[in-house]
This record gives sequence, C-alpha cells and structure tokens, in this order.
Amino acid sequence: MQCVVTGGNVKVLGKAVHSLSRIGDELYVEPQEEGLALRSVNSSRSAYASFLFAPLFFSRYSIPRGLNFRCKLAIKSVQTVFRSLATLEKTVEKCHIGLDEQKDRLTFTLHCKHGLLKTHNLSYQDSESLEAVFDKDSCANVFRAQPRVLVDTVVHFPTSLEEVTLTLSDERMWVRNHVEDEAERSKAVLTELCLAADEFDHFDIKLHNSITFCLKEFRGLLLFAESTGLPVTMYLDEPGSPVVLSVTDSVLEGNFVLATLSDDHYLRQSNRGADAEQTRPPDDFMNDDMDAYLIAMDSSVAPGPSTADPPSLAAFRKPPAPNYRTRTYSEEEEDGEEDPERPPDKKFRSLFFGSVLPPSPRRSSQPFTTQEVLASDSEEDEAEAD
Amino acid sequence: MKFRGKIIDVACLNHFTRVVTTISKLTKTCVLRLTPDNLFFILSGKVTNGGVSMWCELLQNNFFDEYQMEGVSSEFNQICLEVSPENLSRALRTVQCAKSVKIKLTKKHCACLTVAAELPTLSSASRVVTHDVPVEVIPRRLWQEFKEPVMPDFDVSIYLPPLKMLKNVVDRMKNLSNFLVIEANMNGEMNLKIQTDLVSVSTHFKDLGNPPWGEDASQDGGPSQRGDPELLAEATVDIRKLQQFLVGQQVNPSKAMCNIVHQNVVHLILLHEDVSLQYFIPAVA
Repeated sequence: MQCVVTGGNVKVLGKAVHSLSRIGDELYVEPQEEGLALRSVNSSRSAYASFLFAPLFFSRYSIPRGLNFRCKLAIKSVQTVFRSLATLEKTVEKCHIGLDEQKDRLTFTLHCKHGLLKTHNLSYQDSESLEAVFDKDSCANVFRAQPRVLVDTVVHFPTSLEEVTLTLSDERMWVRNHVEDEAERSKAVLTELCLAADEFDHFDIKLHNSITFCLKEFRGLLLFAESTGLPVTMYLDEPGSPVVLSVTDSVLEGNFVLATLSDDHYLRQSNRGADAEQTRPPDDFMNDDMDAYLIAMDSSVAPGPSTADPPSLAAFRKPPAPNYRTRTYSEEEEDGEEDPERPPDKKFRSLFFGSVLPPSPRRSSQPFTTQEVLASDSEEDEAEAD
Repeated sequence: MKFRGKIIDVACLNHFTRVVTTISKLTKTCVLRLTPDNLFFILSGKVTNGGVSMWCELLQNNFFDEYQMEGVSSEFNQICLEVSPENLSRALRTVQCAKSVKIKLTKKHCACLTVAAELPTLSSASRVVTHDVPVEVIPRRLWQEFKEPVMPDFDVSIYLPPLKMLKNVVDRMKNLSNFLVIEANMNGEMNLKIQTDLVSVSTHFKDLGNPPWGEDASQDGGPSQRGDPELLAEATVDIRKLQQFLVGQQVNPSKAMCNIVHQNVVHLILLHEDVSLQYFIPAVA
C-alpha cells in the first residue's frame, strides 16, 4: 500500500486525526478501493466517527488489488505524526504512508523543507472491521449550517459540559444544556440559546422533538469543519436514534454518529421549554417580580419548544447489559468479511450505542429493537463463540 | 424583590466581567449585595475559608446603562444573594461581543440571576443567549453578617510595590514555606520574609511611600502619633492566601495599600476608578 498526501491536504489529514482523537483512543485504518477509511469509536460505543478520503485526495493512492487489510493504532501515536499543525502547514511538502505487513508497521514519512525526512514507524494491531451502519436518508430532520454558526453556539457552553439538548420547531432550534438529575439543577448554570432557521443553509424539520447528545464529540467534528470551512449537515430523528453529523466535499466524507437519550427520559422532565424567553424579550422587568420565595413560574412570551409525544415506552426500558455489547462486537467480526466493493451498508447497526454516563435505567440503548437487525438469529450462537 | 440591570457599552461589560472574574479567583461562593447605588461582592471571614474576608464595592452607575432594583422592603431597600462568582464569570465571558447584556433576578426552578445577552448574527434577527445562574436569597435576619468592614486600627499603612513584582516574589517563596512574614514601617519600607530549617529568604522594598490617612483613619488618631517611623509592624500569614489574592488581579489598580495590625491582620486595599477591593488576611498564631 502506498499513499501520498501533498500540500494542504496534509493538514486536512492531520486535522481529521485530531478530530477522531476526541472520540476514542484507537484509530482504525482500512484502505479500500473507494479510499482510505479512518475511524474511531468510544469505549462505551456511544459515539463513532469515520473519515473516508477518496483516491483523488491523494497525489498517489495505490493499494494492491484484493487487499483486505485493516488495523488499529493507538491514536496518540498518530497524533504525534501530525503534531503542531501550524508548523506542518509551513514545513511539510508531502506525507507518505506505507504498509509493512511483515513488521506489522505503518510508516508515515513526512517530507519537509530543506530535504528533511521525518519517519514514524507505528506498530499496529490487527482489528475487526469497525463500521456503524446508519441511514441518513430516513432521518426526519435535516439541516446544514456553516461551521461558524455552530462554533459560535457551542462556545456558550462550558467545556466540562456533558450533554446538550436540541429542540426543534419549524422555524427555530433551541440549544440548551442538559442537566441529568434534580440535585444538580439547583447548582448548575442553565444556558439556552435559540437559532433561527435563516441562520442555516438548509433547515428541513418534519418532526418537532428534542434530542440530547454529548457535546464533547460534537466539538470534535466542529474542530475539523471549522478548519476546513466545510458546512456541517446534521441528520436527526427520534430521541434514542443516533444523530449523524456529516462534512463532505468532492474528495472526502466525514461522519460522526452520536447516540442520543431515548424518549422515556423526557417524560421525567417538566416542560422546561416554557421558562426561557425565546424571542427578543420585550421589557420583561415586570414579569420578574420576585417576592420572598413565592413566585409562580416565569411564563414565556413566545411559544416554547414542543416536546414530542413519546412513543410506547415498552421498547425503551431495558438497561444496557455489558455482555450484550460484547456479543454484538463479535457479530461485527463475522460480518467484517463482506465484499469491499459493495457500498457500506447504510442501515444503522445500532447495537453499539450504550450509555454515555454511568448506566441508569432511564437511559437505554435499545433503539435497535425497532430497527432491522442484520443476522439477528446468529446472536445466540455468537454468545458462546465470545 | 426585583432587579434588572443592562449593560450596553462594550468597555463596561469587559470591565464588569473582569471584576467578577477576579472575585471568582478569590472565593468559590460569595454574597452579592445590591443597593440602589452599588453592588457589593462580600465574603465574610469564617473558619472555613481560613478567616479571610473580602469586600468589593462597585458603583453601579459606572457599569450599567440601566439599573432598576426594588429591595426586600422600602425600609430595607437591598437584595442579598449568595452566588458562585465562577458561574457568573463564565456566563459573562462568553458574551463579550454582545450588543447588550441584561442581568436580572428571576425565578426559574429556583432563584436565578439570569444573564441574557443579545448577540450579533449574520441573519436578520439577533440571537439571544440566556444563562440562568442559580442563587440563594439571603434572608434579612442574616444581613448583619455582611456589613462593611471597619477600618482596623492599624499600626502601619504602606503602599504596595507593583502587584506583578509582588506576585513573582510570593510565587517563589511559596515553594519554600507555607508561612510568610509581612513587615513594614511608616518610612516606606516593606520586607517579605520566610524561614525554614534550611534557609531563610527575605525581600526588601524601599521608598514605597505611606498613604496619608490623617486623623480620621485610625481610631487612635493616626499612626503618625505612634512615634518612630522606623518601627516595623509585622504579621505572619498563610502564604497561599496572599498568593490567591495576587493571582486574581488582572488590572493594575490606581492605588494599592496594605495596612498591618501587628501580629493580627493584614488588610489589603486596591482602588480602581470605579471599583474598590478590600481583603483581610488574619495572622496565624
């Protein structure tokens, strides 16, 4: 395998690696005919990211026909190759990636100015295929925004914040931080802001609902989008269904798939949508009359975001079982041998997505009960093979 | 009780944010006291914070373009809230580019200081961001804990050397010892000393100058009556408390003074154009 990246694309590749490092500790590399795939997943399997660099991204992309190779590396070591992107931009002319199967190494050679060659030999481990399957087209809500809009939005939330909730209506999106339990509510700062439809390049909402997902991984994608200036497309569906974030251009495609809180969670929350002023508030001084602890809820001037009617809860109650996930992982192994020429299966193999936070009965990873599962009958057999 | 303030000027917003950020570096929680003319950030000396106390006074007029408040009653026209200055500081820091920022007392799931900012956007409407900072209303019966501190009957009052220089010295000394002796006299001389089993280090400052307090300063009629201006007054303090105070300072004050009550307390006073900050560090036995 020989891949050569030149010029500005070296920085793009580096940025992708750094972006993936926000997801998980390991980088899965899979050279395919349609391009080089770099992927990562987090330990609780609630976030997955993949970048596919088409052959045209490279100044040279040659992989042996029928190469069926995939491996994983410690992402920190790959990050070392692309450390200090600013310097990279100025000094690196090209980056050569080679595979040494005998020594189990991937070699990254940076050709820098003044004839300087920096060679990094990174050992890899064989790995199973890592591919979340998801269906963007079946998502009810799609919108696309310039990265600047999204970066300006997340900047208002502290970096330590875990989760954020998006609430959608026809013309607006409310973004607020999600506070898990009642005790925290009295101590935590609640931040909320509203984005209007016209701030987006594309805003197509069919389903009014609220989706909650982890901000950390979202920021990972924004890191990449902002530096490349590519617009971000978000595909959202029901709560519990993963949210997909995409950046694409002619030579690359990046997808971040993040788990969302499932629906039964929203029943527990009182309708918070009412208590924030969504539109330009008129002089609301009089509404803020506060009298020695006896105050009624501050009622909003504009209609608050609606909360979707929860679908039946039966499917969503099961707590995540760790051994269940391991079972599905080996199922992946089984299916990994699929024909590389077939375009990746877009149906979401959602078995990954477990809890981000410590397991709680509310949070469930069970949307797959409502979706078609591939090879479902073989699961029981796999249990022993584990 | 009502409170609503609005800041439109960018420089005022910046300045206010810096004050709140400085306070946040000094303490995790404090009391915000609102009166028709002023805002106070107060920390009363308790065992839990090592006896350190703080009083920061702001003239509301210098920061807010609009300011309306109604206290607990017309007789007691004040509001006292317990707040985490870090939360407030973070909320303010994210909205520095806002067209306007409103801070109001609201009741959401609990009492909150809501920071509502209008942000400029590329589209037609401006974006409104709200941060609800939870606060606790302090009942009137506890208000006496948060009164303006009395000027101590100091033995020496002296201008501090440049804060940055002081911070550098204290930072180095902190590595060697937990306790620092601050001594000064009415002749513009100040020494910082530490002593351990292996080493003793002292830094000497000269020609600092002494504030002319006059008769209305100390209750005893003024330090000038104490006799020998060379006489040094000293206090031994926990060096970390002093360091914490210095770390938080972001802007050079117009005046920086230190009053020492011999082996009792160190009283630091920083005066800016529209903000005054007093910090008391008790001497350790």
